[in-house]
Amino acid sequence: MRCAGLQRYLGHDEGRVHVLKGVSFEAERGQVYAIVGPSGCGKSTLLYLLGLLDQPDAGTIEINGQRMSNSDDAARTAARGAHIGFVFQFHFLMLEFTALENVLMPMRKLGRLTPAQMETRAHALLESVGLGAKTHRLGTQLSGGEQQRVAIARALANEPTILLADEPTGNLDVKNSAMVFDLLTRLAKDHGQAVVLVTHNPEIAARCDVTRPMRDGVFIGT
Amino acid sequence: MSPNLRIAFRFLTAKKRAMLMSLSCTVLGVGLFIVTQATTSGFEKFFIKAILGADGAVRIEDKLQNTLRTVSAGNDFAVRSKEAQKYIEGVEEPSLVVAGLKQFPNVLGTSQVIRQNVLVSSAFKNHDSAQVFGINIDEHIKVSDLDKHIASGSLDDFRQTPTGALIGRELADRLQLSLGESFLIDVRNSPPMRFRVSAIYETGVSDIDKIRVFVHMGQARSLLRKSSGVSLIQVSLRDPARAEVEAAQMEETLGYAAKPWQRREKVWIEVFRALATSSGITVTVFTLIASLAMFNTLAMIVLEKTKDIAILRSMGYERRDITQIFLWQAGIVLAIGAVLGSAFGALATWGVSKIPLGLHGIIVTKTFPVAPSPWHYVAAVVTAIVMVMIASIIPARRAAHLEPGDIVRGAAQ
Repeated sequence: MRCAGLQRYLGHDEGRVHVLKGVSFEAERGQVYAIVGPSGCGKSTLLYLLGLLDQPDAGTIEINGQRMSNSDDAARTAARGAHIGFVFQFHFLMLEFTALENVLMPMRKLGRLTPAQMETRAHALLESVGLGAKTHRLGTQLSGGEQQRVAIARALANEPTILLADEPTGNLDVKNSAMVFDLLTRLAKDHGQAVVLVTHNPEIAARCDVTRPMRDGVFIGT
Repeated sequence: MSPNLRIAFRFLTAKKRAMLMSLSCTVLGVGLFIVTQATTSGFEKFFIKAILGADGAVRIEDKLQNTLRTVSAGNDFAVRSKEAQKYIEGVEEPSLVVAGLKQFPNVLGTSQVIRQNVLVSSAFKNHDSAQVFGINIDEHIKVSDLDKHIASGSLDDFRQTPTGALIGRELADRLQLSLGESFLIDVRNSPPMRFRVSAIYETGVSDIDKIRVFVHMGQARSLLRKSSGVSLIQVSLRDPARAEVEAAQMEETLGYAAKPWQRREKVWIEVFRALATSSGITVTVFTLIASLAMFNTLAMIVLEKTKDIAILRSMGYERRDITQIFLWQAGIVLAIGAVLGSAFGALATWGVSKIPLGLHGIIVTKTFPVAPSPWHYVAAVVTAIVMVMIASIIPARRAAHLEPGDIVRGAAQ
């Protein structure tokens, strides 16, 4: 994944803020990147742009050599389904669904596997995040740490090339934070995926392969 | 099951109370639409059946005579003007007309009738107005349901009694006549004749039951001093719905005015249709409420599920998937509502048909006449589909147009 000269404004009229001021960034498979910085510096905005959840006002984004920054909503949605996995701070599990169903959901949309293969893969992913025994629990019946582990399994469901995590440990205690981070990095490395995570936690950032500090909408001290 | 349908179902079951409210409004809308249409159609069909059973599908009544205003140019071409036609009362050569009518494949039977306004008197009441119908009973029961309308007495008694008479229930009650009792029929310029009640009939149409007295054709000719010709020929058709077309052809072929039942009872038929339309519109209000309830339910789900929408979009679900998920929810409520509403409508229609009514107005009936039709079910379901789906499109489109980035950013702040 590569982005260059990303600019992004948020808000309207007098409330309009220049959040990203020409950010360039590159992520390679098998590497774990941490984007750190104070609140409001533009970390999450950058992550949503990289994840094609938002569109830049200027600049380019390429995924697997394909320019996605100016593509239409359908193309960006398809790219998200096939190449990008998301892990959000607030877990964002669909709580009326079981852990298994949450993991199956992106696979069912992509439709790359048969239903039986999807089930097998979802079970294997939940097993790998230590939730093999809780596959049929609803989201509401899982703890915060468990929910985040399901979210990681779900993000990996379609074998994305890149995994984007927005404060994945921000809502967890120290023990769970360490567990989730280890899991995220181990699974990503095992499958050769690039991981880009936004974090406030210096310990987590220190354990990443590359740390990119941000301030006022630009990377600093590269 | 498609992923979108699966998600829709789970979203919907998570909002049980709101979903049940939308569902119950849909059930009520569909059910009440069916039952009101069945009852209004029931009254209309009851009336039409009674009219066909009493007066036949077509009546040949008056001879048409063209006047000078009708222009004829050779054998094949003529310009006729309605206003230029003169009507001569009665049918002068009934046998020829009947022979002509028998050439029509749709004609099932014909009955020659002599009819005149008379005064009737019983021991209880003098000089009550009535209408005497001279008939040949075996011919007449082929073009009417008179045999089925007999409420007391028998047609055999009528057949065997030359001075026998069939009298309508309301007229019999007014004259306080019972079976076997005699009464006088009085015609101006003629001595009254005495008849005996052989049977009392009830057609279900008050206007008929309170006025008509059927007597044998021979007796009627003596009473009315009419040795030849008849007042009208009553015609029954295999397919009464084609009466208007057949009547037009009969007029053209026979040169007699032929009145189909649709024209004879035009006013009442239009009243019944207006009633059906008006009750349909009234009941559609329930469907409108159902659509508003559905709108409300979906709007609430959209508000509560914005995070879920963002997750789905981040996983590769397209805008149209989100629209589908919300339209599926409306579809699920509609499908269940249509099935339960139809069952409720069928049950309510059956229940209404058992309600004792004792109506003695234009029509006489002891219970609510109902005429269920598959088209009522189709119309009820289609109305519900149109209204609920229109109401669902707005929240569904709103959900589809939510930007996942904005939602995630909003939730993170």
